[in-house]
Amino acid sequence: MSNTTSAGWGSRVGLILAMAGNAVGLGNFLRFPAQAIENGGGAFIIPYLVCFLLMGLPLLFVEWSMGRFGGKYKQHSTPFIFDAMGKAPYWKYFGVFGIFTNIAVAAFYCYLESWALSWAYYSVAGTFTGMSQTEVQAFFQNYIELGTSHPVIFWIICLFLNTWILSRGLSGGVEKVAKIGMPLLILFGLVLGITGISLQASPNGAINDGVVGLNYLWNPDFSSIWSFDVWVAAAGQIFFTLSLGMGSIHCYASYLNSKEDIALNAMSAGWMNEFVEVVLGSMIIIPISIGYLGIEAVTEMVSGGSGLGIGFAVLPKLFADWGAFGVVAGLMWFGLLFFAGITSSLAMGTPVMGFLDDNFGIRQSRGAWIFGGIIFLLGIPCVMSPDAFNEFDYWAGTIALVVFALVEIVLFAWVFGLSDDYKEWRKSDDVLPFKAMKRLPAWDEITAGADIKVPVFFRVVIKYISPLFLMVVFIGAIPGIIENATKDTSLYGWMARFLLVALFALICVFVYIASKRNQSSKLY
Amino acid sequence: METPALILAIVVWSTVTLVTGYFFWKVLSLPKHPEPDSFQENDEIEK
Repeated sequence: MSNTTSAGWGSRVGLILAMAGNAVGLGNFLRFPAQAIENGGGAFIIPYLVCFLLMGLPLLFVEWSMGRFGGKYKQHSTPFIFDAMGKAPYWKYFGVFGIFTNIAVAAFYCYLESWALSWAYYSVAGTFTGMSQTEVQAFFQNYIELGTSHPVIFWIICLFLNTWILSRGLSGGVEKVAKIGMPLLILFGLVLGITGISLQASPNGAINDGVVGLNYLWNPDFSSIWSFDVWVAAAGQIFFTLSLGMGSIHCYASYLNSKEDIALNAMSAGWMNEFVEVVLGSMIIIPISIGYLGIEAVTEMVSGGSGLGIGFAVLPKLFADWGAFGVVAGLMWFGLLFFAGITSSLAMGTPVMGFLDDNFGIRQSRGAWIFGGIIFLLGIPCVMSPDAFNEFDYWAGTIALVVFALVEIVLFAWVFGLSDDYKEWRKSDDVLPFKAMKRLPAWDEITAGADIKVPVFFRVVIKYISPLFLMVVFIGAIPGIIENATKDTSLYGWMARFLLVALFALICVFVYIASKRNQSSKLY
Repeated sequence: METPALILAIVVWSTVTLVTGYFFWKVLSLPKHPEPDSFQENDEIEK
């Protein structure tokens, strides 16, 4: 990649930091350690890394490739990237997921992000000083039940901040935030991690050394790797941590030109996310919380696998006990979570802005404010009710990702990916498809302009193993889908379901209108 | 810390850190590609 790209990114490092920032989220620090404890401790890393190699990296290659391919057609969102790849008229409607998911996830994610912003403020203001553990937990409970106006105020500040940064464009907004936010996030993570594992037990302080927590997290229960559920949990964690199946990677990559590398960029951004998750993510919340609360209390708190309770309701009290350094630690911890959150939520806005710009000529700055307005409206039920929040999280933040990823890999490897030679071979009487297998458009798309040699092993993985993996994850999710679809919920829960269906239908209508406009202007 | 936990943590941390560092170093150290010349294809071929 050249030093500057005219369409969007200012520099290659900026792109990689933005892509890594897109992947690094609150889950790297909260969900990963909780999942590891629930699924075999240190042994969880084995299925986790296998899933990273067989599903995570291949899907990163696929999404980067699809994005760059779409850029050739001046398309930066998945409906018309899919349309360009699949040719058949229905593919663009599968691509709707790549806009739908971003809007729906941003609607609740920005609220979660605003918690980190407000907790950073409370840490500096000394709100938690002198509070007991029960009082901090009650404060957290009161906050999420809207017992004060602060959640709404911080949520609106957060929405405004996201929208304003997006309105500044890729290089002027998103990239600048990534260049500041990612190095700070890693620095804060290192300081807190070293503090966490060097924690010493003392009569009036921690009851355990930090290494006790580290030992608990990393002590392997190898029998767990034979459990199907552990593998599904590992695949799920890889999926969420890399922001796969969202459509945001496609959008970022679509601003590259067709001769620029994607293989090394994808590797670098993907592994940077792994560093933050596996190294930094395992050094902070578990060593510190077990140091002060003990193994039993922490095990109970992480049951459910989210780690949110420890992050927001427990750590503030522990930091408050650290005196002056506690204020800095609180600011670093919640600042780190905020940077992790905002670099992800910014990535959710760009496909929407790209779609509006490409197909309706709406300038990116105006598109950003439209996006901000939509997530404000959709975010209201998520702020008002945990039921609505959970519906958005489950349908858009979990199921839609898996469906989208399954569709995109089939499209890439089996529809776009088959060469004309191969199609001819299938009609012929030849026994072996050697000639036909020699060149595949999908593989060419990944390796074009590559600054590293992509192992041929990934060719087989992308074509057979990753789709199979995703199929298994999807089938494993079916009982949960049936259960969630048929269970009753509150009025807010039903409102959330209605809004999600309406949002998807509305985007389909816009895609239909855009396709008619594109046909009349003979875009393809 | 128990030996299996210690070994696993050190092996995984060092592997992930080294691989991450290697790819990022490679990004930083590769020479920048020249700017594409959009007029190149239109240039007349010299005989």
